Amino acid sequence: MDLLLDAVVTGVLLGCFYAAVSLGLSVAFGLLDVPHVAHPAFLVLASYAVFFLNERYGVDPLLAGLLITPLFFLFGLAAYRLYYETFERRGSDAGVRGIAFFFGIAFIIEVLIILQFGVDQRSVTATYVGKAWRIADTRIPFRLLVAFAVAAALTILLTLYLSRTFMGRAIRAVAQDQEALRLMGVNPIRIKQWAFGIATAVLGIAGALLIIVAPVEPTLDRTYIGRTFCVVVMAGLGSMTGTLVAAIILGVAETIVLTLFGASWAPAISFAMLLGVLAVRPQGLFGRRS
Amino acid sequence: MKRRTLFGGVIAVAMVGLTSGVVAQQPPIKIGMSMPQTGGLAGGGKASLLGIEIWRDDVNAKGGLLGRKVELVVYDDKSSASETPAIYSKLLDVDKVDLLFAPYATVPTAPLMPMVKQRGLLLMGNFSFQVNSKVQHDMWFNNAPWGPPDSWPDSFLDIAQKAGAKSVAFLSADQEFAQNLVVIAREVAKKRNMPIVFDQAYPPNTVEFSSIVRALKAAKPDVVYVSSYPPDSAGILRAVNEVGIGDNVKVFGGGMVGLQFGAVMENMGSLLNGVVNYNSWLPEPKMYYEGTKEFFDKYTKRAVEAKVDPLGYYLAPFGYASGQLVEAAVKAVGSLDQKAMAKYLHEHEMQTIVGPMTFGPDGERKENAVLQAQFRGITDKNIEQFRSSGKQVILFPEKLKSGDLVTPFEAARN
Repeated sequence: MDLLLDAVVTGVLLGCFYAAVSLGLSVAFGLLDVPHVAHPAFLVLASYAVFFLNERYGVDPLLAGLLITPLFFLFGLAAYRLYYETFERRGSDAGVRGIAFFFGIAFIIEVLIILQFGVDQRSVTATYVGKAWRIADTRIPFRLLVAFAVAAALTILLTLYLSRTFMGRAIRAVAQDQEALRLMGVNPIRIKQWAFGIATAVLGIAGALLIIVAPVEPTLDRTYIGRTFCVVVMAGLGSMTGTLVAAIILGVAETIVLTLFGASWAPAISFAMLLGVLAVRPQGLFGRRS
Repeated sequence: MKRRTLFGGVIAVAMVGLTSGVVAQQPPIKIGMSMPQTGGLAGGGKASLLGIEIWRDDVNAKGGLLGRKVELVVYDDKSSASETPAIYSKLLDVDKVDLLFAPYATVPTAPLMPMVKQRGLLLMGNFSFQVNSKVQHDMWFNNAPWGPPDSWPDSFLDIAQKAGAKSVAFLSADQEFAQNLVVIAREVAKKRNMPIVFDQAYPPNTVEFSSIVRALKAAKPDVVYVSSYPPDSAGILRAVNEVGIGDNVKVFGGGMVGLQFGAVMENMGSLLNGVVNYNSWLPEPKMYYEGTKEFFDKYTKRAVEAKVDPLGYYLAPFGYASGQLVEAAVKAVGSLDQKAMAKYLHEHEMQTIVGPMTFGPDGERKENAVLQAQFRGITDKNIEQFRSSGKQVILFPEKLKSGDLVTPFEAARN
């Protein structure tokens, strides 16, 4: 029973971490329909930027994540503009060619990281890394508690931004009907570019979480590509709260299987759950029927 | 000077020039290999390659082999088993290399074994584990210190049993190398009458280990044998530090790959204290042979430039040793006849910078030379500390021992 309780608590915390690394994709892929397979590579790049600031200047990883957020916003603006000019505006098969574009970007990022930092694992130092909070016989790693708090804050902020601000509403509108937005005199491409910037900026702080939770290495993006897409699709494309809930469900399921039924089955869980959800609710847990 | 003498002189000079031109134009001896330079095994692959490159430069400085320069033809196999068969076909059929070195590690090497056996080629193995056990190729030579297959887990469980351990837990990565190791470890535990109270294989992309460590702790084992790959080793140790492993664990570690690499050791810092883990070479007094110090002097300088493991203890000197084995065999047989070279390597004791090597019929080292060492007094974020002796105390083999086990594990961690 204690093990089950432990598994649920760790699962919730792990799920929050999954949510934090998936929220950017929920905007880029879920709302904008951009096949952003380079999302985990951007995430790893952010981790290395955090590592650089922590290692060189002793900046706290979370603060480093906040500091790089504006840079990642600009990076996102540039990346979307490049994608739009070279692929999206050129026709109906933009999606397929876009996947090739983002795969290319992911490989370039991977190689650049290797050239700059080498192939070894990197990690950060902070007071909350490597320690645990003790409640009776249960010990909860602080790094997962940090992930929990940051994921909750990011979800609330993004939800408020998308529902309460003009730009946020415009982003939701562009996801629903690009042409209608154009008729209202708004340039949908600029809105999408802004939204992609937001999606990439979120990765600044998510990258900090990634390197706080575990050491990173240049090819780590491959581990996260399946999980992040799974969370976003299971949530229902574009739903921020859905992303958090889906990620928590995934985290709890994975941890229970790991603890009680054997670690070998854990990777099958995410995709089995995804297939199950898509069979019952093709629009995802929190998606609206189109 | 008579015209004929002058003419003769001109011809003689021309002939000398031509002859030296022939020597200079002798094609190099090409040694082909793939090496993980990206992907999970890249850290080890790059360090290993640097060791081989230092050997190449040393041998070329001495005039090469058979009067020919040595050239390396290297491709990145991305740490993937699916890449290596095509790369080695290209090395043989397109690049026409003269000799083959295997890539670092078990996973990329395993698919090459049927090919080299079929073509009757000598293959210098590079730290793979039991890849020849089923293929039984008689021209395979592994530079790793593993020795007989059961000797590695046997030495670890022997240390644990002497410390009073009775029950054992196995935690292993669900990959070729780790599974080979744990299959043998189970048999060793059975022979030693040690009941297995926990036995789990975790998938390679596991992110968080605290749940697994909790389940392991609940099984209350006396000894925990971990067979893991680099990214996981760090995750497991971090989780052990956070959620604890239980007071009854006497010895923890065994087969954790990654804790031999400078960057990982520096990152893990004090979390390493108390772990008993395998290793291949350590800067303890009895580990220095002819050329060892000179090798590390060169390696330390070049590692910074190449952005590879600054310590390079685990693989780099063994890469150099592979070159020494080939060098000795080629010199002894006076040609590149691979059958004759294999015969020579089987029949003679070879001297290398990591000590003498003899090979059994299966191409593995006859004697178990795997070190079991315990991390002691490690502080955080200081890679230089690992260059001193006493930081990894050798517990096995007896002849290289540099200290005694500190147990139980929780006490050894402080």
